[in-house]
This record gives sequence, structure tokens and C-alpha cells, in this order.
Amino acid sequence: METLPIQVTVNSRTYTAEVEPRLLLVHFLRDVLNLTGTHIGCDTTSCGACTVLWNGRPVKSCTVFAVQVDGGEILTVEGLERDGQLHPVQEGFWEEHGLQCGFCTPGMMMTAVALLNENPDPTEEEIRKAISGNLCRCTGYVNIVKAIQYAARKLREGATVHVGGA
Amino acid sequence: MIPGPFRYRRVRSVDEAVALLSQLGTDAKVLSGGQSLIPMMKFRLAEPSYLIDINPIPGLDFIEERDGMLRLGALVRESTLERSSLVRQRYPILHDTAEVIADPLVRNLATVGGNLAHGDPANDHPATMLALRAQVVARGPNGERVIPIDDFFVDTFVTALQPDELLTEIRIPAPPPRSGGAYLKFERKVGDYAIAAAAVFLALDEARRITQAGIGLTNLAYKPLRAVDAERALLGQQPSEELFRHAAELAAQATDPVSDLRGPADYKRAVARTMTLRALRRALERAQANA
Amino acid sequence: MTATAVRGIGVPVKRKEDPRFIRGKGTYVDDIKLPGMLFMDIVRSPYAHARIKRIDVSKALAMPGVIDVITGEELAKANLAWMPTLMGDRQMVLPTDRVVYYAQEVAAVIATDRYTAADAVLAVEVEYEPLPPVLNPFEALKPDAPLVRPDREQKSNHIWHWEAGDKEKTDRVFQEAEVVVAQDLYIPRIHVASIETCGCVANYDPATDKLTIWMTSQAPHAHRTVFSLVTGIPEHKIRIISPDIGGGFGGKVPVYPGYVIATYATLKHKKPIKWIEDRSENLQADSFARDYHIHAELAATRDGKIRGLRVHVVADHGAFDAAANPSRFPAGLFSVCTGSYDMEAAHIQVDGVYTTKPPGGVAYRCSFRVTEAVHTIERMVDILADELGMDPAEIRFKNFIQPHQFPYKSPTGWEYDSGNYPAALQKALDMIGYQELRREQAERRARGELMGIGISTFTEIVGAGPSHTFDILGIKMFDSAEIRVHPTGAVIVRIGVQTQGQGHETTFAQIVAEELGIPVEYITVEHGDTDTAPYGLGTYASRSTPTAGAATAVAARKIREKARLIAAHLLEVSPDDLEWKDYAFRVKGAPDRYKTMQEIAFAAYTNFPLGLEPGLEAECYYDPPNLTFPFGAYVCVVDIDRGTGQVKIREFLAVDDCGTIINPMIVEGQIHGGLTMGMAPALFEEIVYDENGTMLTGTFMDYLLPTAVETPHWKTAKTVTPSPHHPLGAKGVGESPTIGAPPAIVNAVVDALSHLGVRHIDIPITPAKVYRILQEKGVAE
Ligand SMILES: Cc1cc2nc3c(=O)[nH]c(=O)nc-3n(C[C@H](O)[C@H](O)[C@H](O)COP(=O)(O)OP(=O)(O)OC[C@H]3O[C@@H](n4cnc5c(N)ncnc54)[C@H](O)[C@@H]3O)c2cc1C
Ligand code: FES
Ligand code: FES
Repeated sequence: METLPIQVTVNSRTYTAEVEPRLLLVHFLRDVLNLTGTHIGCDTTSCGACTVLWNGRPVKSCTVFAVQVDGGEILTVEGLERDGQLHPVQEGFWEEHGLQCGFCTPGMMMTAVALLNENPDPTEEEIRKAISGNLCRCTGYVNIVKAIQYAARKLREGATVHVGGA
Repeated sequence: MIPGPFRYRRVRSVDEAVALLSQLGTDAKVLSGGQSLIPMMKFRLAEPSYLIDINPIPGLDFIEERDGMLRLGALVRESTLERSSLVRQRYPILHDTAEVIADPLVRNLATVGGNLAHGDPANDHPATMLALRAQVVARGPNGERVIPIDDFFVDTFVTALQPDELLTEIRIPAPPPRSGGAYLKFERKVGDYAIAAAAVFLALDEARRITQAGIGLTNLAYKPLRAVDAERALLGQQPSEELFRHAAELAAQATDPVSDLRGPADYKRAVARTMTLRALRRALERAQANA
Repeated sequence: MTATAVRGIGVPVKRKEDPRFIRGKGTYVDDIKLPGMLFMDIVRSPYAHARIKRIDVSKALAMPGVIDVITGEELAKANLAWMPTLMGDRQMVLPTDRVVYYAQEVAAVIATDRYTAADAVLAVEVEYEPLPPVLNPFEALKPDAPLVRPDREQKSNHIWHWEAGDKEKTDRVFQEAEVVVAQDLYIPRIHVASIETCGCVANYDPATDKLTIWMTSQAPHAHRTVFSLVTGIPEHKIRIISPDIGGGFGGKVPVYPGYVIATYATLKHKKPIKWIEDRSENLQADSFARDYHIHAELAATRDGKIRGLRVHVVADHGAFDAAANPSRFPAGLFSVCTGSYDMEAAHIQVDGVYTTKPPGGVAYRCSFRVTEAVHTIERMVDILADELGMDPAEIRFKNFIQPHQFPYKSPTGWEYDSGNYPAALQKALDMIGYQELRREQAERRARGELMGIGISTFTEIVGAGPSHTFDILGIKMFDSAEIRVHPTGAVIVRIGVQTQGQGHETTFAQIVAEELGIPVEYITVEHGDTDTAPYGLGTYASRSTPTAGAATAVAARKIREKARLIAAHLLEVSPDDLEWKDYAFRVKGAPDRYKTMQEIAFAAYTNFPLGLEPGLEAECYYDPPNLTFPFGAYVCVVDIDRGTGQVKIREFLAVDDCGTIINPMIVEGQIHGGLTMGMAPALFEEIVYDENGTMLTGTFMDYLLPTAVETPHWKTAKTVTPSPHHPLGAKGVGESPTIGAPPAIVNAVVDALSHLGVRHIDIPITPAKVYRILQEKGVAE
């Protein structure tokens, strides 16, 4: 069985590993790096529980091979908080009750972070479209939308935020 | 769901890709966005021995207008297409299409090249490209060839690409004045393939007669479909609701859908008619705005 | 102590569980990693019904990294090839000779990692001889139908017959009735599809002789008892931990074969075994919900007074009756189907049937079979209104159980605790502008447009016990709480129920905060670990607040009573001279002389009166005197696209009444989620099989969970009618919207088409279904 060396920066830390080409990025993060905040909810690239930022763009890490991200930067939910300061998106999800079981939440927040990096003042419709690749079975989405609006407000008011991963 | 084992090769130029493809033959698959290929590998519906990752090839993600053509590099991501102001202003039909493919996360990786190369009649770009009379540029061991889109889709999951060829570019004729296009898709939910979808491109002359008509249909036959009779019925005519209805009916008649969870065949045909009619109306609006 | 500091009942306290989740630091089962852990993956049947002729595991076993392949034959030797279901049936863990549903577990591979296990599954060779599948329960009941369960004594596919109500009286009412309407309704198979699938890590430690299982369980204690019964291991040697659960909704109540095989494997190999389902396995083999074929009739007077309800249901349970109902209620609480309406008589019959489909009959974010009940009555009332040419709101007002009738004894024997149905409906109609909508509808109809308004005024029934009526496998359905107040006034609460996102760590802390006057941040709630939590029956059927919530309040009150003695001692007054006011014990007439719970707690360990036990702890096993009956009035407005058949929910208003509200933010969140899971089966979700019994909807590409784009912006409102028998007046809410929403949506769609003579459409109302109707009625575009 072939293995290949990779070097990946995850949440600003650089890791090297030898991996089988078929190792999915999500399993690399969860099983090799022990970053279990990124979840798995389906087999068909449908649910978005596995969403991470790859060079700043949100992607489904269950549909990327770890070898593909060699030399790249990954941001996962574990990298959102900086110096004990929650990212405004994290804060928004907490404030606005944007989560229940919490299983979809990391993926949902990563999508939200990327959306707000690109569009600091999204409408409700834009938010709903942006998160339409992330399924939530618990919340009915209303409070997720509110959570992202909260974060958007907070970011516009000039909360100090790093733009991670990119 | 775990993909089967394979060997992985990263390539940094088209030549390198073509050389590897010729060397490895049908054992190898090109990995582009991976958003069709990897799901199939997880279900072991595809078990290539080699993956040739073309993503590191620099400069294959261009969107530019040159020599009367819009040129899209094979590696243009759907999300890039969706955000391109050139595309939005000059080729709104492409924007329409990109926007309804899969979901925003999938679109961040999925490529236009992969969308055509996959040869899936359920994919959305084929219909648009048929309506736009696009050309596909392929590079193989014997050099480059340009494949008219009408010759490109051969069968379900089968295209005119040879196993040792790489799709490098898609060319779309620049829109003449008084032209417009639209893509309308009806799906069960975001992330679903079309129940039926229609791509329409129209160009009018100064007398408001239709001089060009392109209609492509998604997920309505074993391969992407061009509604030739409907196009013919439009040519030389002045647009009218009656004419559009007639054309939409002809387009629906050209379809040969299968009954499945998205609905019975006759339903899909009916939706094809509705989508075609609505796309015709929107294309006309855009053509008139473009006068 | 002020209310602002305590943040007890009624305050939208931010959730205490969230800090770990928003940091990605939750611990779900698949996050657990133990040294030496092996992975299990399952070989599944490609047939719905087949004889197993041969299983050849040699190729799989020869693969590097493969440790073991376990088959039914091996389990049979350990007497583990079968296990009991919660409904007193038995179910195959692994088959020895035949499979009875598509994707049934056939063998299990144990390997050093996930990837190898997945490869090995493909290398296990199984030879089958296909048998005819039995997919339709009506066909299954025919005498010549192939037998699904030859292992049973009774040689038929009929499982049980169950009745409620008064047959004679009901038949009489129907004979006399001026108007009778009848309708067949089918509520299809659906799946809870929580975003986390099921799985476990089973670890037998020979050094301590203890078996620990982390599993996706909504009922860890009940599961421990089942495991003990199945394996013969004494209960104190089994520890079940239900860590963070990524959504339950009923799907994590049953015991699945995978858990049992993993447990067998850890006992055999003395290594931790992890088993995590794929989504496809989850959808294809885990317990389904619904699959009720209902025939309903309503008898009424010509002026619209409902007199009686007669219902017959054929319930498809798949190959094993693995529902999760209280034992004496094989059809759950379906007999609450007389709903919010006062009528003379009702008679309900349900027949359970085996088919070669996966086992189940679990809930789907709803109380036992109440969704089915509510769908039946809410549809029938609309059908009656249509028959009589009455407005659906008017017919409801005319038939509601009136506020003064509570406690109300229903014709099927339930005692509704409290309610004010007319107030809820009136509020909903006023808020949505019902009359205006009806005017708009008339105008649109005149223009050929299709718009509909649907109402549902449901009554929910939640909070099982009481224990004299409800048990699961003989275990009574009480629930429990244990509270310890530490010397500094910090509190640990342990509860017998378990959270899968409902926010128990917050709401239960609020209950204690309110009762003890201790700020909510000093209160920690623990649950889900059978070694530490008191025995409880688990979280489903909205029973947490009605049962464990009550237990928590009662335990807290026990603490308060002891605290009174200590406060009296500290203040040197008689206990009777004290009153509990503004979160402290105060001397009557001298409210400035007081002791807070923090002060009292310290004294409980340092300065307690002679003769009193030190410490400040209490526990309560609460056996509710009755169930609680939340209710609500929902209005839905839809538009239909004549060119595609697509139904668009333009507006949806939910007025809910769940009694006293502990945390309004959490309640609203539960309602949003419940509405979405009500909409999903109404418009999108259905489990479909082909004629061979192969499931066609085994992935999220075809089992359609709505995204944020399909989901409307829910509007919510409330009325508050406390439960008279619950210590806090609370009723439980998580599931009301799931049962109330589907009929509101269906009623709206049917309303949009009623002028064309449409009376009923079965769910899911897909665009294809609607378009067919539009074509039949000649209004398709
Ligand atoms: C949940 C989900 C929903 C989706 N819904 C839609 C939808 O609604 N509409 C739609 O159109 N698509 C949809 N897709 C498919 C998506 O758009 C795919 O990404 C696309 O079809 C293929 O593009 P890709 O770049 O990902 O190609 P890959 O998956 O990398 O490749 C697909 C195939 O094309 C070959 N190939 C790729 N690039 C080249 C090349 N340059 N030259 C030669 N061969 C090549 C590969 O070898 C492979 O056989 C969906 C995907 C998912 C996961
Ligand atoms: S796990 Fe569902 S999309 Fe990745
Ligand atoms: S919070 Fe449970 S799936 Fe979203």
C-alpha cells in the first residue's frame, strides 16, 4: 500500500504525516490529528457537518483526500477562537441559540465564517442560500440565521477578528 | 463509506497530465473538483487504480473573453463562475446555471470542466453549453482538438474524450446584440439534481426576428439533450407567447425521461415544458434589455 | 438574591452546554478513542427476504489487519443470535439461516482500523437464495402470504390487535348520525435521520471485570437493563455512557444489533470495539417511524357537531416489532386521536403486521404515535368541514372541548389536564389576519391562482408515566433527580433523563435555581452515565420536563424543607416563623432578617442544629399522577405553482401552549426545530422500496432533509395554561410542532384545491403528486 508524505497547516500549526492516498481529509483531521470538532453526517456530500475552510474556502472535508491539501491551510472549528476570544460567529451561535444538539454546528459555523468574510452584511435570503449545503435537523434554521446576523453586526462594529486559514 | 485504495499522482502541467494518462490508460482517472468522482469512489462505483490530480496545474482557471469567445479553463470552480462579474453581465445564463448546481460548498470545489467531462445527463452545465453552442478543447498525446458540444456527449457518463485526453478549456461564442439566455431548473430541494431544467439562448435581429435559438435540457434523457425541433420552430419567427408555448411543447416532446423518485416520466416532461417556456420568457426579456 | 441574579424559571438563560459545542469540544461517540481500539463494520443483506446458504469469511479473515468476522452461527452458540425488543418481540442480532429485510446485518468484521474493516466487509462472501418479499401489510395479512416470522408460534404475519374506546356506543352514534365522512389516510415510513448516526464504543476491561459502553442512547439506564438481561452480566458490572448525542428524535431509543455485536466482540477480544454507522446504514436499517394505513370515519350532525370517531389502522412494523412504546400500548398513545374535540364516542382498532422491511415503529420527534393520531383527526375535521360547507375555523370552534370542561375525560379514556383551545385558535387567527387571507384567497381564485390556508388545532399527550399505566419491559415509567448542595452553595444535579440537544443542562439548572435561590451558574447538571445518574427511563416523547423536571423540582423542595430547619437554627427562630420569599428564608414580619441558600448550605456542613443530619442533599423518584396535554393552534398559508406542482409555504404561524415555560429561548428553538421536522414528512421525506424490497431512499440524495432554503421563517407565539398537576405547571414542548405542523400544511394544500373537489392528499405532498391532481382537474399549466 502506497503512502505519501504531506505537510498541512491546520489552525496555524503545521503538521507532517504519511498518509494513504485514500484517506479522507475528515478522517485525517479527526483520527490522525484528533481534531474531532469536525463531524461526519453522511456518505453523499450532502450534510456539511464536515465543513472546514481550505485556503479560506468552505469545503466538505469528507469529499477531499488528505493528499490534496498538501501544502495548504485548513481552518477547523477548533481554530476559530483566538487568545481566549470567541469568534463573533461562535458568540452569535451561543447568544441566539443557534444550536441544539451541536452536531451540525461546527460545519455550520465554518460556512458562516466564510460567508461573512466575503459578505459582511448578508440579507436573510443570502444567509439561507449560503448555508444550504449544511443540514441541521434540530433548529429549524431560524436561530442559525439570527446567529449569523448577530455575528455580522458584531463584525461590522469592528470586533477584532483574524481571518483564519486564508 | 470508504473509497477503495488507489495511487495518487499530482501533475503541474497539462503535458504532464497527458503523458501520465497515456501511460496509465483506463486505470487512471483525472481528479478535478472531485465532487462527482469521490462520492462514486466512496460507494465503490468507481475504483480507479490511479488518480491524477490536475488541481496543481497553474493557469487552468481562467475566465476571459478573447477573439469573440468566452474561454473558461477546465479548473474554473462553479463558485468562481457564479461570482464573476464578466459572466454575470455578459453571460447571465452561465450565472443562472452555476448558481443552481449542488450547494455552495460543493460549488467551491466542483469545476466546469469536470461537470462536462463527467458526462452525466443530470449535470446542469451540459444543457447550457448545448444551448450556447460551446466548444470543448481537449488535449491528448497527439495535441489539441476542438470538439463541438453537439459531438461531445455520447452516452450516459460517456463523452467524446479519449481516456488519454484532458479537457482543458470550454469556448463559448460571445453574445451578439439583442441576445439573451436563461437557465431554469426545478429541483426537489437544494443539492438535488434537476427534475427537469431548461437552458435557452435567443438572439434577435433588428426586426425582432429570432436569428439564433438554442435549447438544452437537463436530466430528461440518457444524455444531455438539445431540443432541435423546438429551436427550428423559433428561428425566423417573432417571439410571442403562442410561439413560445409551441416551442416548449416541442421541447417536451423531445425528452425521454425515466420514471423515478423525482416523478413519473410524463410529469418530468410536463416540467420540461414549463421550464422551457419560462426560460424562453426570461431569455427574451434579457435579449430585449440587451438591445 | 434577586431574580436577575438567580435567573430561574422564565428567563432566556444562554445554554450552559454551548461553550463546548461552539468550540468543537463536544464529545460524541465517534470522538471517543481508546488505546488498542478495534473497528467494527457490518456486512448487510442485499435482499429483503432470503435464505442464507453459505457465509464464507476466509478471504476477509486473510486480509492484513482483519481480526475477526462474527456471524450469527457464532452468536447462537453464546445464545446471542436473538435479542428481545422493547415491545416484547424478539429480533435477530445476526441471522443464522435467513434475512428478513434489505440491509439487515449479516456478519460483522473486526479490524484494526475503519478502512480495513470497510474493505473486509466487501470480502465476506454470502450466498443467498432469494425468497419472495412481503412489502404491503394488506398482502401480508392474506392467508397465502409468505411467512415473515416462521420462528413464531403463530403462523401468520399478524402481530397483535389492539382496541380503545367503546365499540357499541360508537357504532350506535354512527347509525344515528346525520352525516358521516370517511377517508383512507396513509402516513408513510419516514426516518428521524439525526445528523449524527448511531454507534458505540464497547470496552470490556478484564482487570476490573467491567463492561463500559459509550453509545448513542436516549435511554442509557433502560439499555443497561436490556444488556444485562441479554448477556447475563450483572447490572452493576455494566456502565452505559451516553455522551453528547447528535440528535435523537426517537431513533436512539431502540437497541440495535450493532451495539450487541460490538459488546460481544469486546467480551471476546478484550479490546475496545468501535462501531459507527454510515448514513446509508442508518437510513436503511435503523428503526423507522410511522407506516400507518388509517381508515377513519367521523359522524356528525348536519350543523357540524362532531358525535363520534371510528378508526381502523393497519400498522406495518417490518420484520420485528421493535417499536419503543410503553409495553401495554402497542399502538402507543394513538387513541388520543379524538383530539381537541368533544364527542360522544370513539372506537379505535389497530392491527400490527409483519413485512420484510426493517423493524421499528419508533417516534420521530413526537410522542408515541401521537402524530398519527393528530393527523387523523385534524384531516378528518377538515374533511367534515368541506362536506358541510363550513369554514375550518368555525367547525373547530364549534367542537372544541371548552375551558370549563377540564379535567376532561376523553371517549378513549384519557384525562386531559388543562387547556384553552378557543383562546389559542383565536389568537392564531387574529395574528395571521385570517379574514384578510380568506379575502385574498377568493381574489386569487378568481384569477386562477391557487392559494390555501390550513389550520391545525392539536392536542398533544406527553410525559409518560404514570407508572400504574406505563412501563417498558416492566420498568415503570417514572423519572428521577438527585441534588447535592455543596458547602459553598454550588450544586450538582443528576437526572435520569438524557439530553440530545434539548438543553437539559440549562433548563434543569434553572429549575433548581428558581427553587433554591442559587444563581444558575453555580449549578451543574449531569446525566447520561449509568454509574452516576439515578435510574431513569430516558428522553423521548417529550417526557423530560413532565417527569424528570418534576422530580428535580420536588427534590429541590425537599432540600428547601431541610434548609428551613437550618435557617431557623441560624436565625434562632422557630421554623414556622420563616417564610421563603425573594429567594431566601425570611423571618415573618422582619424580612430583613434572612438567610440565603448559600449561607444555609455552609451551615449544613459546619453549623447544623443538633439532631439534624449534616449535609444538604435530596433525591426524588417522581411518578407523575397523569400525563400532560400541551396543545396549539397552527395556521399555514401556501401557494401552488401550476406549472410544476410545487407547494410553497408563504407563512406559518405556530401558537403553542406548553404550560409554564422554563426557558423561553429554548422553547422557541424547540418549536422551530419541531416545525421543520413536521414540514419535512409533509412535503419531502419518505422511505420508498422497490418491488424487491430494496430501499430506494437510502442516502441523503434521495431521503430529502430540508435545507434553510426550503424551510420558511417560522413565526411563533404562545398562550400559557399551566398543568394543574405538575409541580411547576410545565408540560413539555419539543414535539408538539412535529405533530401539529403536518396537518396544517396538508390542510392548506387541500384548501388551495378544495374548490376543484379535492378532499385529501397523502403525505409527502410532492410536486409530482400535486401536478397529477392539477392535470386531473384541468388546471395544470
Ligand atoms: C451533493 C451533490 C450535489 C450535486 N448536484 C449537482 C447538480 O445539481 N448539478 C450538477 O451539475 N452537478 C451536481 N453535482 C456534481 C458536481 O457539480 C460535480 O462536481 C461535477 O459534476 C463534476 O465536477 P468535478 O470538478 O467535481 O469533477 P470530478 O468529480 O473531479 O470528476 C468527474 C469526472 O470527470 C473526469 N474529469 C474531471 N475533470 C476532467 C478533465 N479536465 N478532463 C478529463 N476528465 C475530467 C473525472 O475523471 C471524473 O470521471 C453535485 C455533487 C454533489 C456532491
Ligand atoms: S459528512 Fe456529510 S457532507 Fe461531509
Ligand atoms: S443542532 Fe442538531 S443538527 Fe443542528
